[in-house]
Amino acid sequence: MTVACRVIPCLDVADGRVVKGVNFQNLRDAGDPVELARRYYEQGADELTFLDVTATVDNRATTYDVVTRTAEQVFIPLTVGGGIRSTEDVARLQGSGADKVGVNSAAIARPALLGEIADRFGAQVLVLSLDVKRSETTESGFVVTTHGGRTETTLDALAWAREAIERGAGELLVNSIDADGTKEGFDLELLTLMRDISSVPVIASGGAGRVEHFPPAIAAGADAVLAASVFHSGQLTIGDVKRELASEGILVRS
Amino acid sequence: MSASSQPNVVVLDYGSGNVHSAVKALEAAGANVELTGNRQKALDADGLLVPGVGAFSAVMDQLAASRGAEVIDRRLAGGRKVLGICVGMQVLFERGVERGVDTEGLGEWPGVVTELDAPVLPHIGWNTVDAPEDSVLFRGIRDERFYFVHSYAAQEWTLDVTPPFHEPALTWAEHGTRFLAAVENGPLSATQFHPEKSGEAGIRLLNNWVSSLKTD
Repeated sequence: MTVACRVIPCLDVADGRVVKGVNFQNLRDAGDPVELARRYYEQGADELTFLDVTATVDNRATTYDVVTRTAEQVFIPLTVGGGIRSTEDVARLQGSGADKVGVNSAAIARPALLGEIADRFGAQVLVLSLDVKRSETTESGFVVTTHGGRTETTLDALAWAREAIERGAGELLVNSIDADGTKEGFDLELLTLMRDISSVPVIASGGAGRVEHFPPAIAAGADAVLAASVFHSGQLTIGDVKRELASEGILVRS
Repeated sequence: MSASSQPNVVVLDYGSGNVHSAVKALEAAGANVELTGNRQKALDADGLLVPGVGAFSAVMDQLAASRGAEVIDRRLAGGRKVLGICVGMQVLFERGVERGVDTEGLGEWPGVVTELDAPVLPHIGWNTVDAPEDSVLFRGIRDERFYFVHSYAAQEWTLDVTPPFHEPALTWAEHGTRFLAAVENGPLSATQFHPEKSGEAGIRLLNNWVSSLKTD
């Protein structure tokens, strides 16, 4: 394979503002997602993910506006997740400048949504987002959760990923709730298991704290790595991560 | 450069996905851009960009419904430039076969668009390309990666071009199998990747195309 592994910063956005700790120097306004997106673009980000954590439907319009303004100046793919419940939501986001959509809890509630989106827009727009936790209750030892990991479903994470791919998901965003926020590295066992069952690209998420954490995630089978706070805090740049990946012989876009 | 001296490019609006980025990227590449499905404007522009995302058959249906196919044909008959992107490239071939559905394409080029033979599909991400020396699109662009997102592609080139016509410039890429990443054949060019999503390298490629419109 000659395709490069992707490094993807993730921005949590609510009411048009970045809501997770952003602590950059030289940013005019650290809470402006468009400005932050532009900065990551200049640092060499391969893709950007916006997670819309807006509480109300009314306020989603501001997220569409953020996507539009970002797409005007940032010429890399934009994925938007959060609150997508219908093909109409996808059409609106695409019209605003999004390339891909991340679907999570709405697909758990109604799996047919995945097929509806894939049939109308193609599998390549559809990212299945999974918040996964270790659990004794499922065969694989990993369960799908909702509400940021607070609520456990009865879905085995591997079985759900397999079903979602069959229904038309073109990519898996695998977020480990156990690793998330620990800054002690990605859940490599989970990534290895996902790679084994997945015919579509796998994006690793949750647990990144240091540059050394990224190469093992790719070695475990991930096609892309996603992180939020290590980038927002200014602790690591996109370039830092890419240099580390390259030093381990992993292909990156320079 | 004043706006009036910039080439006019129409991005064909026929109901295909995210066309917003294509407009902005072409503007960044120095074109005067209009997003429209208006037939006359699409015929009159210095260049026509045909975007395309989603299923081959859906794109063909949309092109037929909006008479976009006829616009493309008429432009090419007059030697006027057209650039197809992603599925906008795929539909230029004779046929596309997706999930067992065999759909007739625009047939500007012979050949069939089929699924790539790779362990991981879709092919999503930044890949290298192998462009020929005489390529106009890749002029001055070396060792750059471009953003691909697709599962299907043309994997053979079978058109024989004899003098006085120029040999087409063929750019190849690889994901599991070798496939066509770009074709430049007279007034008709196309890329399987998304230049409008390929950062500064993509803008430079679009700028090469936009600059070529002025010399017509």
